[in-house]
Amino acid sequence: MNTTILLFLLQDGITNGAIYALLGLALVLVFAVTRVILIPQGEFVTYGALTYASLASGQMPGTAKLALAMGIVAFVFDLFAARKALHGRLILRTFLTNIVLPGIVLAAILYFAGQKPPVAISMALSLVIVALIGVSLYRIVFQPLAHTSVLVLLIASVGVHLALQGLGLLFFGAEGQRGPAVLSTAFTLGALRFTGQSITVYGITIAFIVGLWLFFGFTRYGKALRATAVNRLGARLAGIRTSLSGQIAFLLASVIGALSGILIVPITTLYYDSGFLIGLKGFVAAIIGGLVSYPLTAIAALFVGIVEAFSSFYASNYKEVIVFMLLIPVLLLRSLAAPAVEEEKD
Amino acid sequence: MNGRLPILVFALVMAAIPFIPGMPPFWIVLLDNIGLAALVAMGLVLLTGVGGLTSFGQAAFVGFGAYTTAVLSTAYGLSPWLTLPLSLLVSGLFAVLLGLITVRLSGHYLPLGTLAWGLGLFYLFSKLEFLGRNDGISAIPPLSIGTFKMLSPGSIYYAIWVAVIVSALLTMNLLDSRTGRAIRALRRGHVAAEAFGVQTPRAKLLVFIHAAVLAGLSGWLYAHLQRAVNPTPFGAQAGIEYLFIAVVGGAGYVWGGVLGAAIVVILKEVLQSYLPLILPGSGQVETIVFGIMLVALLQLAPGGVWPWLMSFLPQKAGGRKPDTSLTLPARFRAPGEASVLLQVEKARKQFGGVIAVNNVSFDVQAREIVALIGPNGAGKSTTFNLITGVLSATSGSISVLGKKVDKAPPQEIVKLGISRTFQHVKLVPDMTVLENVAIGAHLRGHSGPIASMLRLDRADEARLLAEAARQIERVGLGEQMHQLAGSLSLGQQRIVEIARALCVDPMLLLLDEPAAGLRHMEKQQLAKLLRDLRDGGMSVLLVEHDMGFVMNLADRIVVLDFGTKIAEGTPATIKTNPEVIKAYLGVAA
Repeated sequence: MNTTILLFLLQDGITNGAIYALLGLALVLVFAVTRVILIPQGEFVTYGALTYASLASGQMPGTAKLALAMGIVAFVFDLFAARKALHGRLILRTFLTNIVLPGIVLAAILYFAGQKPPVAISMALSLVIVALIGVSLYRIVFQPLAHTSVLVLLIASVGVHLALQGLGLLFFGAEGQRGPAVLSTAFTLGALRFTGQSITVYGITIAFIVGLWLFFGFTRYGKALRATAVNRLGARLAGIRTSLSGQIAFLLASVIGALSGILIVPITTLYYDSGFLIGLKGFVAAIIGGLVSYPLTAIAALFVGIVEAFSSFYASNYKEVIVFMLLIPVLLLRSLAAPAVEEEKD
Repeated sequence: MNGRLPILVFALVMAAIPFIPGMPPFWIVLLDNIGLAALVAMGLVLLTGVGGLTSFGQAAFVGFGAYTTAVLSTAYGLSPWLTLPLSLLVSGLFAVLLGLITVRLSGHYLPLGTLAWGLGLFYLFSKLEFLGRNDGISAIPPLSIGTFKMLSPGSIYYAIWVAVIVSALLTMNLLDSRTGRAIRALRRGHVAAEAFGVQTPRAKLLVFIHAAVLAGLSGWLYAHLQRAVNPTPFGAQAGIEYLFIAVVGGAGYVWGGVLGAAIVVILKEVLQSYLPLILPGSGQVETIVFGIMLVALLQLAPGGVWPWLMSFLPQKAGGRKPDTSLTLPARFRAPGEASVLLQVEKARKQFGGVIAVNNVSFDVQAREIVALIGPNGAGKSTTFNLITGVLSATSGSISVLGKKVDKAPPQEIVKLGISRTFQHVKLVPDMTVLENVAIGAHLRGHSGPIASMLRLDRADEARLLAEAARQIERVGLGEQMHQLAGSLSLGQQRIVEIARALCVDPMLLLLDEPAAGLRHMEKQQLAKLLRDLRDGGMSVLLVEHDMGFVMNLADRIVVLDFGTKIAEGTPATIKTNPEVIKAYLGVAA
């Protein structure tokens, strides 16, 4: 192996690792606030990527309709939940966020579809669509289950993954797609070529890590989210709306997922079912990070990306085996290090 | 768990189904698939629903079972009947390997860890040359008895359902035994179980192996039903689906696994065959509908379908009272009458900068009731945890009958004859009072899991239950013996804990606030019980806030304040001790 290959593999690994880091962060965030292990994170990735790619190639993405349909269901859920204390402001608010907003987005999509909008508009629309889906998803599926055990939430999460993946096939077909680069500049540094795309990936990952750190450390909402994570009942008694915390967590997670998708779809072809594996590698990073620490998750994600890059070079057949088996020694270390603590389970 | 009649009826019905005239062969195929899924789900019921260990990786164990027989019966020409034990052995061995790593993980690490190795093994199956890579292995010989070859789905049907029913019986037997009670206590945390000598890591590993062997059995049957294996059915998706089956059926119930398998397999079949008629031309509609139905089901019945169905049946009146004439041999006691049972010398416990227990020394003599009192946060419960091995002391020493036990785990402390109750009640709410109390006698029984499955433990079991029943009657809860522990009042639950502690046949009983939540009469009965125990030769160390109760009962009182011992003496001297009055009332009265 010469230095050039080494550097190439490292670069490749870091780019992928940065994406896994973003996803790992989102998983940690959602788990910390809602106790949901977000298996459909991968679907946020593919939905974001393929919506973006469809828009860019002048097609009408079905996800826009899904966002509206889920908004309508969420609206009904809201009305049903508040049926004993309905008042005008509440109805108006849920109507605006759940129906009017996705309606406007759908109208925009219908307007732009077929005329290949600029990259920035495609990106913004894709992000908004996936964000709407993410928030409605929490409202419809997870908010009614918020009091149940981690296991039930996990199974529900699996159900959502299956449904969304099936819908993905319906919307985008079995063919893979690629999207246009966000930044098309490139420069070389020694033997390495840096594309604008990979620089964007690094920049956005770092921005998110810093942003989440600031959000959780220094803002009221961030602190409220952390309080919800520690103790739902206590947070509610302190006046925090825990359902709002959940929606914020899902909003962030879906935006992060969609953004990751938009960032990688110019680099690799994505299929409707590619998200699952990508999300799982974010998982590996999140588990190594212990599902609590953001910086540790980010470092672990870079490590996962680099291991993946090297194993695809040396033993491409066993790439996935190696990545997933990485966890075993990590878990082993964790079990040896962690004292046997008592948990009160429900 | 009693009542073999419904199972017999079920077995007869299942045996008769293939003889129904005009039975479509396709239905038999469905039933075969249900049986295969039920075997795996049954293991998950034990692992997840009862033991609280969530596994996404069960499909990999099905894979081990299937690939073992596939390789051995094709490449080496072994008879399928010979490969059966080998398939089970391979699944079991991998369960030991993976289990040693996995079962020590807590909370959400465990399911995610299983998901990770489940995926890793799936990719391994699809890459290894001798397993045929993605194509798998075909031309696996069918099962045969003499010249009769089980080639059709109808003929292997019996093999599958015999396996299901036998496995269900063995699993239920296991749950209804000494080992089973230890397993059922796992989900509620390990401190209480360990205080009565249960080796919780071993119990977890045991259920892990049990579930893996059931999955391996399913894999072995699968390989000989399909007569070909490839990696697809052993992937992450399948692992998720098995867990789903268990949750749908009712993850805490053996028959919930079977019911869940039936619901899911039939539902998928119906969706696959009828949805294209309603919504033509779309590929994966059944996955979408399946996913949505799954979420809807969880929102409507998060406990699963089986317990929901059972709630329609009339409640059975309580179980049979154990024959209390049976006796357990007394716990082994060190020869000679030692006068000092427990000696605490300069015990100290620091949590970071907080000194919870600060160089406390006291002892407990034979036939003595000692009370440990002090305001909230004085370090009383921490002292209990130091004595019983739940926590280890930062410095100082604790000895029992002159033997140092500073580093001994709870399981060793209880063997020395020290048993305890907890300030926050730690009973298993969905087990009966009798079963909860019988956990106390865990170390006085000896039947292992295999004996329990085969019902060879009945004599041992009867003696354990008899002892438990005797202790329940001794504390005055004979009426409530067959009620679920969770349905009793908090005060009664504390008394159940005392009965459980008595089942150890202890020389020293540690009671953490036993009178909290009791009414006046009940407190008097408790005081009488404790005096009787002392007169019978037992010693008692208790933490209690009810001063009237303590002053009338204790022979000696040790007073802690902010982790430090401030006084020790008879009730009369403590009552007038100025330090004590200051600690409780703030000023000298």
